[in-house]
Amino acid sequence: MNASELAGRVRTGETRAVDVLEQHLRAIEECDGELHAFLTVLGDTARSEAREIDRRLGAGEDPGPLAGVPVAVKDNLCTRGVPTTCASRILEGWLPPYDATVVKRLRGAGAVVVGKTNLDEFAMGSSTENSAFGPTRNPHDPRRVPGGSSGGSAAAVAAGLVPIALGSDTGGSIRQPAALCGVVGLKPTYGTVSRYGLVAFASSLDQVGPFARTVADAATLFDVISGHDPLDSTSLERPNPLALARLEEGVDGMRVGVVVELLDGADASVVKRVHEAAEALAAAGANVEECSVPEVSYALPAYYLLAPAEASSNLARYDGVRYGLRVDASSAEAMNGATRAVGFGPEVKRRIMLGTYVLSAGYYDAYYGQAQKVRTLIIRAFARAYEQADVLLGATTPTTAFELGSKVDDPLAMYLSDVCTVPTNLAGHPAITVPFGVDDLALPVGVQLLAPALGETSMFQAAAVIEGAAPAGALPQICAPTIGAGPTSTRGER
Amino acid sequence: MSVEAWEPVVGLEVHCELKTATKLFCGCRNAFGDEPNTNICPVCLGLPGSLPVLNVKAVELAMFIGNALHCEIRPSLFHRKNYFYPDMPKDYQISQYDEPINVNGWLELPDGQRVGIVRAHMEEDTGKTSHMGGGGRIHDADHALVDYNRAGVPLVEIVSAPDIRSAAQARRYVEELRAILMAIRASDGRMEEGSLRVDANVSVRAGRTDELGTRCEVKNLNSLRSLARAIEHETERQVSLLEAGEPVLQQTRHWDEQAQKTVALRSKEEAFDYRYFPEPDLVLVAPGPDWQYQVALCLPPMPAERRAKLTELLGAGGPTAAQVDQVATVVALGLDTLVVEAASSGIEVPLALARTANEAAADADRAREVDRAAYGTLLRMEQEGMLTPTQAKAVLADLFENGGHPADIARRKGFEALGAGTVVAAVADVVSAHPEEWARYCQGEDKLVGFFTGLVMQATDKKANGKEVAAELRRLRG
Ligand SMILES: [Zn+2]
Repeated sequence: MNASELAGRVRTGETRAVDVLEQHLRAIEECDGELHAFLTVLGDTARSEAREIDRRLGAGEDPGPLAGVPVAVKDNLCTRGVPTTCASRILEGWLPPYDATVVKRLRGAGAVVVGKTNLDEFAMGSSTENSAFGPTRNPHDPRRVPGGSSGGSAAAVAAGLVPIALGSDTGGSIRQPAALCGVVGLKPTYGTVSRYGLVAFASSLDQVGPFARTVADAATLFDVISGHDPLDSTSLERPNPLALARLEEGVDGMRVGVVVELLDGADASVVKRVHEAAEALAAAGANVEECSVPEVSYALPAYYLLAPAEASSNLARYDGVRYGLRVDASSAEAMNGATRAVGFGPEVKRRIMLGTYVLSAGYYDAYYGQAQKVRTLIIRAFARAYEQADVLLGATTPTTAFELGSKVDDPLAMYLSDVCTVPTNLAGHPAITVPFGVDDLALPVGVQLLAPALGETSMFQAAAVIEGAAPAGALPQICAPTIGAGPTSTRGER
Repeated sequence: MSVEAWEPVVGLEVHCELKTATKLFCGCRNAFGDEPNTNICPVCLGLPGSLPVLNVKAVELAMFIGNALHCEIRPSLFHRKNYFYPDMPKDYQISQYDEPINVNGWLELPDGQRVGIVRAHMEEDTGKTSHMGGGGRIHDADHALVDYNRAGVPLVEIVSAPDIRSAAQARRYVEELRAILMAIRASDGRMEEGSLRVDANVSVRAGRTDELGTRCEVKNLNSLRSLARAIEHETERQVSLLEAGEPVLQQTRHWDEQAQKTVALRSKEEAFDYRYFPEPDLVLVAPGPDWQYQVALCLPPMPAERRAKLTELLGAGGPTAAQVDQVATVVALGLDTLVVEAASSGIEVPLALARTANEAAADADRAREVDRAAYGTLLRMEQEGMLTPTQAKAVLADLFENGGHPADIARRKGFEALGAGTVVAAVADVVSAHPEEWARYCQGEDKLVGFFTGLVMQATDKKANGKEVAAELRRLRG
């Protein structure tokens, strides 16, 4: 059952929030041993939150649009008094003294936080294999990765362990795992969702966003978490966009550009699905045309200079002095080195070294400076494309889910997973991935819609049309039996 | 060694802690001397996920500084200055780098000499580390404690051009800068509490050449005295090297207060690579013309102007050498309004200036808070001879310490002289009322002096002077 249905039943008193929660906790109990989507499951605090929802309903209050809806939160979002590890040894045992703004907003809308999900360490990776606490598996095929870095949230939603979840997207970390797990994933416009309490990876690119099994749920969750936050200086001061209210307005007359560069190098089965999605939009009245944004091919190299540069600075604070892991040594400097040597995994170290080098005296202009120029070029290129189109369409990922271990020793091959998602982060624009059928191996395929800054509303309208036209998916191999049919079969019944 | 043939070339970097109510990027209290680690939060501790939000009041004070130093105020950016240090919570400092808020200004010393101001930029302060055990020496310590109360306190770093040519001039520059910073209420000027911290860039050159020598940066200058001594010492050290034909190496050096010399901290090769890049968590700071105009409009009178005002009050004769120093002192300490107000109520300026530059200056913090009317009354009492200078100073000390009315304080201290006739009359009354005791006193019972004195005190409301009463009694006995 999806989030809006659950919230509807809880709000009308048809179901109690505590019963909804118990069902989901049981599902997690049954499935997560194999899936490993969660790093922490919250039993008692979630139960008391659910009881509070029921009490408020009993008192005639409306807890909000997510009343009693269980939600999973990526473990790089701070939760007061609850471990927040970023899947890193270096933060093991740290209990944040505060909640991230998005977590506060979830609770403010009546949602019940049931757990913290697995990720690539500090959100650096595309397979969730870089978690210090072991990988998450893809519910559609446990031998395959769920994508990353928000693999835990994607898998939990796909397997029906929770109807919705939060992730973070720095270069595709929401959209890529959503596509690989067959769920909806949104990277909002930079600045629409507060980053306060999101443990930073690359501050100028990071954005929190929703996972859901339906476009409507993603829109609901986006409406809940977006809006100005005075604690985040990069947060935009503008009214909440309310994507849900205009979701069903259709695409009649909407100009859609199919970006050839976002199909280059993609598997044939993926390309085929993107073209089918384009046809569906055209059939619904959109003006679909092919277009070219050549600059997006420079996005990946620019991203792998800028993101590590910011990360090398953001991750400096894990020095063993104030919190988390400390490996004692004879001096502060030696303690610092020993702590970081033990506490960080290889991919995090690789990016810190890369970023440190990129910012070093004598190299700054050639690398960081140049990458910033590329970023400007990409923003201009998108601006040109959006003179001809309201939204753009392309693949979310070049391939469907790959096998565990197949790319861990080849960082560059792994980085290529992000080739279609990274341009959006550099531009600060929104993008959404919608499940659209399967490939020859019955693995989910995602198609990606992109929009200019603050263009979420039309993007969601196009996404709803694509969702309605999507071919049947497949039932995940790992999924919650108690929660009714999995997401893909629901879609198949249409 | 002939230092005369060489000239020091000095540029100063002054770090000024801004007197805002809260820190630069969070709502924590900005206060000196509180219990360690009580003014902290996720932001100033740099906890994962926390983000900075710029304190508008700090920007405004930075703009005041820019205005007072005749700088161009520009749209500015924050950068991250990356280096590892235990008392720096994020292991980077948020600072302004190549786009600071204030550039290209100047400061005029009291002698008319101008020192260029290259820039005055905003940044955050670090915490404070105390090394424990091992007698307080860093390398012998067995552990360290860090207090993060100071972490995130707003600083403005004011960088002068290398226009300073002597230790004495460096001292005058810092004194004048401190007076300016106090005038605009950006700083409390307390060097001993670290409110103002100075680093000196020192090089030497042979007289009358334009070529600059290799410079050394001297850190840890916690007082005007150590600033002057460190520049003198560093100049001598560089001159002896050059005269011995050895090169001066570009270094960061530390002023050792106990040894009274500078010691090398690190060489140019060992200098940190700070890997500056624009702080992505903050946006451009671009004060609009309205705000800039408001600040310029609210700029209080500067020390030079205030010195001129006092000099003018002293009149046509012009100030004596001692008065020039007194004027400088009261203005530097922000006490000149005491003199101006006293003068406007008819107190002689030299008297008001002397009391303010000496007694008030010795207790400047309290003097700044003193009740202006009471201060004026006290000066008037001295001017009209009701108090001797010594008495006036004692009353002043009491006034600063406890407040109150100067006449009451003087009375408490027995300083208020009664007219001689009053004492004579009072003694005569008491004597005629007690003929028996008077007869015994006249027969030599001297201890009765106390008896009569007590009665006279009663009769005069304790205003009589005991010695005068005794003298009158002796006179009557004959
Ligand atoms: Zn704070």
